[in-house]
Amino acid sequence: MKKHITIALAGNPNTGKTTIFNNLTGARQHVGNYPGVTVERKEGSVNYGPYQIKIIDLPGTYSLTAFSPDELLARQVIIEEKPDIIVNIIDAYNLERNLYLTVQLKELGIPMLLAFNMTDMIAARGIHIDYPLMEKLLGSKIIPTVGLKNVGSQEILKSVVELYEKINIPSERDLFYEVELEKEIVGLQRILQETAVGEVELAAAQDKANRWLAVKLLENDNDIINKFKTSDAWPDITRQVEKSQKKLQDLYREEPEMLIAHGRYAFIRGVLKEAVSYPGDDRVTLTEKIDNILLNRIVGLPIFLAMMWLLFQLTFTLGAPPMEWIEAGFGWLGERMADIMPDGLLQSLIVDGIIGGVGGVVVFLPNILLLFLGIALLEDTGYMSRAAFLMDKVMHRTGLHGKSFVPMLIGFGCSIPAIMASRTLENERDRLATMLVTPLISCGAKLPVYVLLIAAFFSDKVAGNILFSIYILGILMALLLAKVFRKWLLPGETEPFVMELPPYRFPTFKALLIHMWERAWLYLQKAGTIILAASILMWGLFTFPQHDANGVEFNDPVQQLEQSYAGRVGHLIEGVISPLGFDWKVGVALVSGVAAKEVIVSTMGTVYSIMDIDSLEEGEIQTVSSFSERAREQSGMTPLVAYVLMIFTLLYIPCMAALAVMRRETNGWKWPLFTVGYTLVLAWTVSFSIYQVGLLLGIGV
Amino acid sequence: MNNRSLRDLKPGEKAIVCKVSGSGPIRRRILDMGILPGSEVQMERYAPMGDPVEIKIKGYYLSLRKNEAATIILA
Repeated sequence: MKKHITIALAGNPNTGKTTIFNNLTGARQHVGNYPGVTVERKEGSVNYGPYQIKIIDLPGTYSLTAFSPDELLARQVIIEEKPDIIVNIIDAYNLERNLYLTVQLKELGIPMLLAFNMTDMIAARGIHIDYPLMEKLLGSKIIPTVGLKNVGSQEILKSVVELYEKINIPSERDLFYEVELEKEIVGLQRILQETAVGEVELAAAQDKANRWLAVKLLENDNDIINKFKTSDAWPDITRQVEKSQKKLQDLYREEPEMLIAHGRYAFIRGVLKEAVSYPGDDRVTLTEKIDNILLNRIVGLPIFLAMMWLLFQLTFTLGAPPMEWIEAGFGWLGERMADIMPDGLLQSLIVDGIIGGVGGVVVFLPNILLLFLGIALLEDTGYMSRAAFLMDKVMHRTGLHGKSFVPMLIGFGCSIPAIMASRTLENERDRLATMLVTPLISCGAKLPVYVLLIAAFFSDKVAGNILFSIYILGILMALLLAKVFRKWLLPGETEPFVMELPPYRFPTFKALLIHMWERAWLYLQKAGTIILAASILMWGLFTFPQHDANGVEFNDPVQQLEQSYAGRVGHLIEGVISPLGFDWKVGVALVSGVAAKEVIVSTMGTVYSIMDIDSLEEGEIQTVSSFSERAREQSGMTPLVAYVLMIFTLLYIPCMAALAVMRRETNGWKWPLFTVGYTLVLAWTVSFSIYQVGLLLGIGV
Repeated sequence: MNNRSLRDLKPGEKAIVCKVSGSGPIRRRILDMGILPGSEVQMERYAPMGDPVEIKIKGYYLSLRKNEAATIILA
């Protein structure tokens, strides 16, 4: 039986924390979500000697306030899950700001190790750190590491075990604040001690916990205040807090919040002055040189657009051949099954329902793998923050963050990777708003619908303008709705755009692979199963019932379709969609489009009795014109109705695969269901307005 | 010059922070990132569209919007 040690990795963003996590755990890691939020939780384990060490990768944070969800979460994990040891990953190149988190972690009183990462860079820069002195001043053991070269990982594990077994620990050293502030902290600490409300159980000794609470109360920490509000001693405590705050304010003319931040930075500066020697020269760094080009006022934006174009091409152009192979492979498999199995329901279930469904899941894998390769490259090199820097002005107008640009762009290819890409946004509200509006962007699967309808109802001369107008409408709607959602549905102060531009770095091959693998696996496992189940359900809706009320089997595919459950839904909604100029046949096509938007084309082929669906899909002139004739005859479809149908297709319910991915990303059905609701209302309203205005003006009737 | 803020710095200019006005999470974040009274800041550049800006503080690069830069009063 192995003994267990739990450690938590804490550190600023961009310190190489994830690289060290990967080095420590290898493939033995598990990615999930924290309950109730969309913040990712990573866990892994490693065996070392007689121990099994569980490693929790905390969200990267700069501080431990209660203001940011990530910081609050990191704190909750430390307080509630009580890791035995915190390993604080520090960018040795950027000590002053990194140690700010370190001193706050120290205040929590949990045994801590410091991993000074990227020590190769400081050596190259001529910076010298006196480690023994630094250890003494900070009161924690320091392990120099180079995450990218996997240097120091074994030393981290060794030191974790030593610290756990209480061998070789440096003597603790506390941070003390200014005299008067210190007096107030001690006073408050005493009250907390007497009233014993300090039940926030830290792994640390109670006096340390009380000191931490005292500091937090002086900082007006909402999370802590809410925890104590109900206690009997609260009036006494709050009176003392207010008294202290006022006293300090009068004395220093600064709020305690500022004094505390000052105290921490002053302590850090003292440590650095003693233990680190910097070279005198102030050379222009490589990062600065690169940024002079990439963030240049003239060429910065064109380079950015070129990068985005490359990302798009990488995902969709390079992804197209493997997608075709996958489609062909599953098509071949379906045909073989159809050959060896007798005709009938079981054959149809296996070929159309299951093989088709699995194929429909797997077909997106090339896109997802390639997109996340691209995103990992952008993130790991440090360019992603630059992209946000360049685009923030535009995106901020819609209430979104500069980084929302990437998912929206990817949305032109496919909503599924686009929704997954929204997790690069740190702020939960920004992420949700981005996810909710991404489906309004015209994705690749909607294009065949437009192409068919435009070819059938519009002349070549206007075709380009019609198509362009639909794409523009999608973009406008996405931006408009983002603004609306950000204002009313997900209100809250706009995320402060106080963002680090980290030094450029070479990504490692291993990190890229792990990143791609993680995304692909999450997609297959979590979204894939739902997509498969939904495919089988859709198959059932279009296949049953097989007989009419008298038990006679349908021979005619049109009749079968009309009588199927899906066909009945088409009839059922006719009343709702007739103000848009649609009849039940369009209704059935729209129902089938929930499976995947391009399916609308083949369903319309079936309802209008176009037997040669393949040539309809390929847009052969004769088939298309016979389609348009029949659509005109049977539905009285006019160019106006065809245009409205394109608009409706653009805006209504995202396909079920997109909904499944949204469920997985938001950890529940609430947001996917909301999306279904709002897109239906939006699609109907916009379509209705365009149709009625068109009728009124007599355009395209 | 009185009440000059970080927003008014030209690329390449350096100054000392005197006060961080504003309130709430944004101010807190600014303090946490090391922009405190007494710290030296240098304006690096404006984004091509004029906003946000990039500054150098405590040896690293930070971007923030002009509205937020305006809350950072310089000595």
